[in-house]
Amino acid sequence: MSVSDMFIALQGVLTADQDIREEIRKVVQALEQTAREILTLVQGVHQGAGFQDIPKKCQKAREHFATVRTQLESLKTKFPADQYYRFHEHWRFVLQRLVFLAAFVVYLESETLVTREVVAEILGIEADRERGFHLDIEDYLSGVLTLASELARLAVNSVTAGDYSRPLRISTFINELDSGFRLLNLKNDSLRKRYDGLKYDVKKIEEVVYDLSIRGLNKEATVGVGGEK
Amino acid sequence: GSGGFRKRKHDNFPHGQRREEKENVNPSSALMTSFKSFQLELDTRHDKYERLVKLSRDITIESKRTIFLLHRFTSAPNGEDILNESEVKLDAVRRKIKQVAQELIGEDMYQFHRAISPGLQEYVEAVSFQYFIKTRSLISVEEINKQLIFTAEDREETTNMTSNSYDKQPHTWSLKVTPVDYLLGVADLTGELMRLCISSVGNGDIDTPFELSQFLRQIYDGFTFIGNTGPYEVSKKLYTLKQSLAKVENACYTLKVRGSEIPKHMLADVFSTKTELIEQEEGLS
Repeated sequence: MSVSDMFIALQGVLTADQDIREEIRKVVQALEQTAREILTLVQGVHQGAGFQDIPKKCQKAREHFATVRTQLESLKTKFPADQYYRFHEHWRFVLQRLVFLAAFVVYLESETLVTREVVAEILGIEADRERGFHLDIEDYLSGVLTLASELARLAVNSVTAGDYSRPLRISTFINELDSGFRLLNLKNDSLRKRYDGLKYDVKKIEEVVYDLSIRGLNKEATVGVGGEK
Repeated sequence: GSGGFRKRKHDNFPHGQRREEKENVNPSSALMTSFKSFQLELDTRHDKYERLVKLSRDITIESKRTIFLLHRFTSAPNGEDILNESEVKLDAVRRKIKQVAQELIGEDMYQFHRAISPGLQEYVEAVSFQYFIKTRSLISVEEINKQLIFTAEDREETTNMTSNSYDKQPHTWSLKVTPVDYLLGVADLTGELMRLCISSVGNGDIDTPFELSQFLRQIYDGFTFIGNTGPYEVSKKLYTLKQSLAKVENACYTLKVRGSEIPKHMLADVFSTKTELIEQEEGLS
């Protein structure tokens, strides 16, 4: 085979590769749009009135996840199943965002941390690499870290809205999360950088809890939880 | 690294205020259990990555040595010996690549691609350099991949393999050099060919430079054909490739113009001043 033939063949391979990336980008764009819609929806809980209809908001968000599932379904068809990591960068960001959104919804509903399996289920993908389009563990953990900063914000805003018991519950949750992350030996990568931000969220929430306790507001909260809501 | 440091720091202050608070956390809660499994998963992944980085470094070093060895190849009487020796060295490199392939059994190669890519590129460079010296032509990516199919003859060698993947393990496995790794390796090859050209003039070899300039021109045409369809790294190499080609073309020019006038034994001299001039020009620009 002559040199020019070889390069013509290689060029063909590269063009095919670019076409795949183009297709992926289109789907990812649509996914980002849906993710923004869900975000706008759940952001509503930070507003004073938002605390009243959390279940309704979660319900609506869950409906939007159906769109996510169909979009991810179409993403799966855009590239060979065994080349997930070849194109991983394209959807990494949006997938982390979606994990955060799913985790936030689940937290608002049940005040627990969503498991990797459940996120995968909400998104209509697999938890295991062996079984196809899956949720990478680092993406899952990144999404969880985003949840932590969102909860720090929620703690502040729930006090403003007069819900004094929520920050205490968030504090317990974040502390458990912090202990969980402390078990991991992270490499010096983006996940590690984001983990380093967790301590500020922990600190923020502890400050809120402190403010409440020196004013005796936490006691009041435990007595009158029903009334506050 | 610093992760370990953090851990120690906390062990030293078990009665700190935050520690006490942490005691509320039930170590066997669902969350903690799942994070323990995450720890295992991440550690396994990082370990594999580190092993691959190490293998990649070994591959790089050995390939570089092979290239140095091949530069000693002149049409001298020991030419055959050097080629044989380089073959032995490349076999050793391939054994390393086999270990890489074993690490990647059942994995998505692209997940660890960043760890092994530098080594593979260097290997492509070495193997294509040897191929060029032998056949005066460019080795194809298929040809390279053909040599990277391994059989399971000495399976016992593998130590870090779980019994589980042992069953699923195929009898042959292979590692595929990606088209991009191949291209980057070939781009590096042109640098070596330029050096070969300069040194062959030094040895009084008049034919090789012309052959090389033609070959380099073909490769350069190939790269310009690809242009910016390829990834960023490929277009970056194009600039260096252009410089190498210019050096070789200038060398041929000098040989042509001056070759008929100057006695053969003085050619090397004329030539070395010429390359110096080129290098100075580059320093200025």
